[in-house]
Amino acid sequence: MAVSNPSVFVTTFLASAVEVIEMVIIIVGVGTVRGWRSTWLGAGAGLAVLAVLVLVFGTALQAVPIDTLRLVIGSLLLVFGLQWLRKGIRRVAAHGLRGMGDWSASAEGIPTHGVDWTAFLLSFKGVLLEGLEVAFIVVSFGLTAQALGSAVAGAAAAFVVIAVAGVATRNVVQRIPRSALQLLVGTLLSSFGTFWAVEGLGVAWPADEIAILALIGWYALAAAGYTTLLRRRAHPLLAQPSQG
Amino acid sequence: MILRWLEGFGRFWYDFIIGDDWTIAATVAAALTATWLLHLAGLDAWWLLPFAVVIEVGLSLRSD
Repeated sequence: MAVSNPSVFVTTFLASAVEVIEMVIIIVGVGTVRGWRSTWLGAGAGLAVLAVLVLVFGTALQAVPIDTLRLVIGSLLLVFGLQWLRKGIRRVAAHGLRGMGDWSASAEGIPTHGVDWTAFLLSFKGVLLEGLEVAFIVVSFGLTAQALGSAVAGAAAAFVVIAVAGVATRNVVQRIPRSALQLLVGTLLSSFGTFWAVEGLGVAWPADEIAILALIGWYALAAAGYTTLLRRRAHPLLAQPSQG
Repeated sequence: MILRWLEGFGRFWYDFIIGDDWTIAATVAAALTATWLLHLAGLDAWWLLPFAVVIEVGLSLRSD
């Protein structure tokens, strides 16, 4: 599939990677603790339901006028991106660039034969919910930027890279510095969301698409400033110059 | 059962879009409305939304 819009590809890759990391951690965690057969069955069922939902959802979106689409999706991306930006700032301020921590589950009550419905449902829900968020990101970026191929390619690349890495390095995947990735993606989503929402109102940006770069810089600056303030509030000694 | 499904569906989208601080979504809605009104009045208003949300994120972080 040709990548016609590299910025959409990269942004979709990073945004999808955050969701796929969560998805892979759930699958790896459930599979390791409860067994792989039912976990893969649940993941497969989740993907099948997701595929049907994406087809229906995508068709419905394509009938919406582009400016309305930009306004609605831009607004949604902005509030969604601001949630990640806020959480990313808090996590980086509190813990730095640490990993996510360990997933755990009780090993009691695992059936010796047949389907383990606990593993099935956990895996199914993880794939379906995180997959829906990936689908939302792909449809949002793809349709609004009129680069659906690049958006699909970005999400697919994220899925392949993270899934292969997750399966190959099951222990390492739980330590990926998600806070930093969340902060970066929150900045990107907020920037695109702001641009599209305002453009959807019919308001012209100075320098047109280049304004997106300025928005990324603006939100990154704000995130760096707030992270520093939160760290100083949590550790007042950091704010004082060393003496002697 | 349908009501329970609708409730779950609504809760999912509420969490997905609004999250744990509704003031951010409210600020985005208010800033977009103000931007549209300024635009109708013939004024440049592209700057309003990015400034408003950065201030709101700061207030939201402060209230945590």
